[in-house]
Amino acid sequence: MAGNYETHEHDVIIIGAGGAGLRAAIEASSMGLSVGLVCKSLLGKAHTVMAEGGVAAALGNVEPKDNWKVHFRDTMKGGRYLNQWRMAQLHAMEAPDRVNELEEWGALFDRTPDGRILQRNFGGHKYPRLAHVGDRTGLEMIRTLQQHGIHTGMKVYMECTVTRLLKAGDAVSGAFGYWRESGRFVVFRAKAIVLATGGIGRAFKINSNSWECTGDGQALAYLAGAELMDMEFMQFHPTGMVWPPSVRGTLITEGVRGEGGTLRNKDQKRIMFDYIHPLYANETAPTEEEADRWLALSTSGQMDKNVRRTPDLLPRDIVARAIHAEVKAGRGSPHGGVFLDIATRRTAADIKRKLPAMYHQFKELGDVDITKEPMEVGPTAHYTMGGIRVDPETQQSRVKGLFAAGECAAGMHGANRLGGNSLSDLLVFGRIAGLHAGRYAKEQTNLPSLDAGEIQDASQEALAPFNRHEGPNPFQLHEELKDTMQTHVGIIRTEEDLSEGLRQLENLKERSRTIRIDGNRHYNSGWHETIDMRNLLIVSEAMARAALLRKESRGAHARDDFPETDKEHFAKVNIVSRLHGSTMEVAEIDLPPVPAEIKKVLEEE
Amino acid sequence: MAEPKARLRVFRGTEEAGDFQTYDVETYPGMVVLDAIHDIQAKQAPDLAVRWNCKAGRCGSCSAEINGKPRLLCMTRMSAFPEGEPITVTPMRAFPIIKDLVTDVSWNFEMAKKIPPFKPRPRDADGHWRMQQMDIDRIQEFRKCIECFLCQDVCHVVRDHQKKEAFSGPRFLIHLATLDMHPLDTLDRRDMIKQDFGVGYCNITKCCTEVCPEHITITDNGIIPLKERVADDHYDPVRWLLRKFTGNPRPNKVPAQPTEAGKTADLSGTHRVDGGHGNKGKP
Repeated sequence: MAGNYETHEHDVIIIGAGGAGLRAAIEASSMGLSVGLVCKSLLGKAHTVMAEGGVAAALGNVEPKDNWKVHFRDTMKGGRYLNQWRMAQLHAMEAPDRVNELEEWGALFDRTPDGRILQRNFGGHKYPRLAHVGDRTGLEMIRTLQQHGIHTGMKVYMECTVTRLLKAGDAVSGAFGYWRESGRFVVFRAKAIVLATGGIGRAFKINSNSWECTGDGQALAYLAGAELMDMEFMQFHPTGMVWPPSVRGTLITEGVRGEGGTLRNKDQKRIMFDYIHPLYANETAPTEEEADRWLALSTSGQMDKNVRRTPDLLPRDIVARAIHAEVKAGRGSPHGGVFLDIATRRTAADIKRKLPAMYHQFKELGDVDITKEPMEVGPTAHYTMGGIRVDPETQQSRVKGLFAAGECAAGMHGANRLGGNSLSDLLVFGRIAGLHAGRYAKEQTNLPSLDAGEIQDASQEALAPFNRHEGPNPFQLHEELKDTMQTHVGIIRTEEDLSEGLRQLENLKERSRTIRIDGNRHYNSGWHETIDMRNLLIVSEAMARAALLRKESRGAHARDDFPETDKEHFAKVNIVSRLHGSTMEVAEIDLPPVPAEIKKVLEEE
Repeated sequence: MAEPKARLRVFRGTEEAGDFQTYDVETYPGMVVLDAIHDIQAKQAPDLAVRWNCKAGRCGSCSAEINGKPRLLCMTRMSAFPEGEPITVTPMRAFPIIKDLVTDVSWNFEMAKKIPPFKPRPRDADGHWRMQQMDIDRIQEFRKCIECFLCQDVCHVVRDHQKKEAFSGPRFLIHLATLDMHPLDTLDRRDMIKQDFGVGYCNITKCCTEVCPEHITITDNGIIPLKERVADDHYDPVRWLLRKFTGNPRPNKVPAQPTEAGKTADLSGTHRVDGGHGNKGKP
């Protein structure tokens, strides 16, 4: 019965308590508003905790020539110019302030010899730019935000899943969900909502994501009338663990390559020299000799502009496809990846100091000592550049009062994200979303009214699996979804594959409506899984449909039947998905025009 | 060829009532106990409750006890146990059971709120703060904490004596040590460390250090120095005099006030704030 639920009222509700959600909640709380932060897990466990390498910000502490313009250029180039230019600009300009602010709240970044925040090299960043704490930067960030945030007055609702957004006319009015512990329903009534639910990696068999990354925010927004954008751009991180099978996909930070790690095939040949993309030819070392010289200089803190960086640090899409190609050509490692070697490049003491979590992870999970042996690595589904389409200035979606930030929002990264730009994205756009959600809430005089019918529908939808006597098991269906996406919507795509993928998704969608749940509502893992499946199916379908429409290869999206980048048509459009009646409609929209002064920044140097 | 099988005895039930269920699972290379639990969920008991997030030892969600020892399910390999012998998996004993392997750890979040937050000194004139790597290495060790609460689970003051009102447990003493040793921090929390967070209850059995999956030397590097600092402030004759005349043995640090209840976050979202004393129905 819909009548049986508790209600909580706030000015602003934030859904998701990773970096973006926490930063948004801190901002809205600081405006004197009543803020509720809702999360599926315990506080501090969100996927942000897994981020390893660092947070990108042009502080200029290691290379004084760095500034927002260089960071902006690197980001646009990495995104193959499909980024919303204004988001990339705001991001590059504001990231240093956000990093300094974390230090003010207690974060302890690694230091330069003169005591300032140290910065490291990463793929696609021209200069050493990533502020970091060994290889556990995400943990440092989330712990800092969490410890600062709990003293700002917000109310935290842990282990609570939101299943529907509620609306009053064309604006949001609240959210419907349930406590994972008891299964009881809860309604959050609010003037504004910020979605900060993260990614969708759990749609793929081999992925680096925590169980929570099931596309909840994207699906909630889509069902409420917002648009999804850039969904074809799914980043496969080049270096996931490939062995043992139990940890297949678990991330190995790009920091390994930033600290000198090189990729080799089974013949011990360094592979990346064969895959230098023309866009990066000018700034990449063409020979091992020059790449090694660059490493020697950069690890000793010296820079020489005549010595170019190693191709091991090309952007992720390029490296992921290179590894894929080597494995396909039969030059892979024993378990279907390639070798990543840091052992012969740095001393054991250096490795343990700079990459302690990686050392630990391989030792305990893979029985591999990375100070002595190479790692076996391969691409793993990692990050979605796509997500909820938002206004670049305010992060508001097409639904009034509904904002989005972090990985569940689109636009910042275009066709491919540079490493380290996600942690800065969280901070910059988490703050902006919190600020504008707060301003919007302040403009509303009253809390919007709730629609009893919507609540009734939401509770029926949630309870339906308990009312069936037979039907498939949600865990089995999720496995099938992951197989479908991995095989048909994976790292290399064709029209034939994508069409087959869509057929299978259609079938899964039908069967997911017949899932049956055993037991009661009390902390029932099968029920939780069922609810996540609806969201995964929505984002998977959006991904497949957008990938079918984009008939070119660009960034993270590679079509075997259209291997070239299309400079005429597809260079100028983003692809959006929206709910039309009960079906998904995909459409091209024009990229916003780049003003002359921004064009000048892009062309400088 | 059939894969080798393993047998697990898993606690199923709630705080009120529960029992062990036995499940057989097929094993494969590198398999960890969390994989076995997931296999049981997918094929035999879809309503089996377990917390987990990252499955890489980073988030500290899948804490439980394996053959009576507090461990992360995702970092415990099946091959560590003798073949043929059942592996017993139970929830953390120091906390009330919600269901199966999931316990109510809300007491820890309440404790976190009580710690007055970081308060830095002003920045240098050029807008930076300068700290030497050497000076922050020791605090960076403590900041590796993933909040798995295994140290809280194994601490006998919390676990056997249920001193949850008077003692914060190793996790929060480590947090307090981080703040105390932070080169930028200006608040003196030592009176609170003694009175409110009960550092005196720790009698250095080092159980917490033994179970820490991040290998933080909790006792030697964190709690003992904290005890020494508190002892210095209170019992060193010079500091005692300073305290008598100025009220503060460390004039460069401002005495911390207890955090205002209304100002801190309400973390009641876990739905159980009583901290749950007693261990009835425990396996």
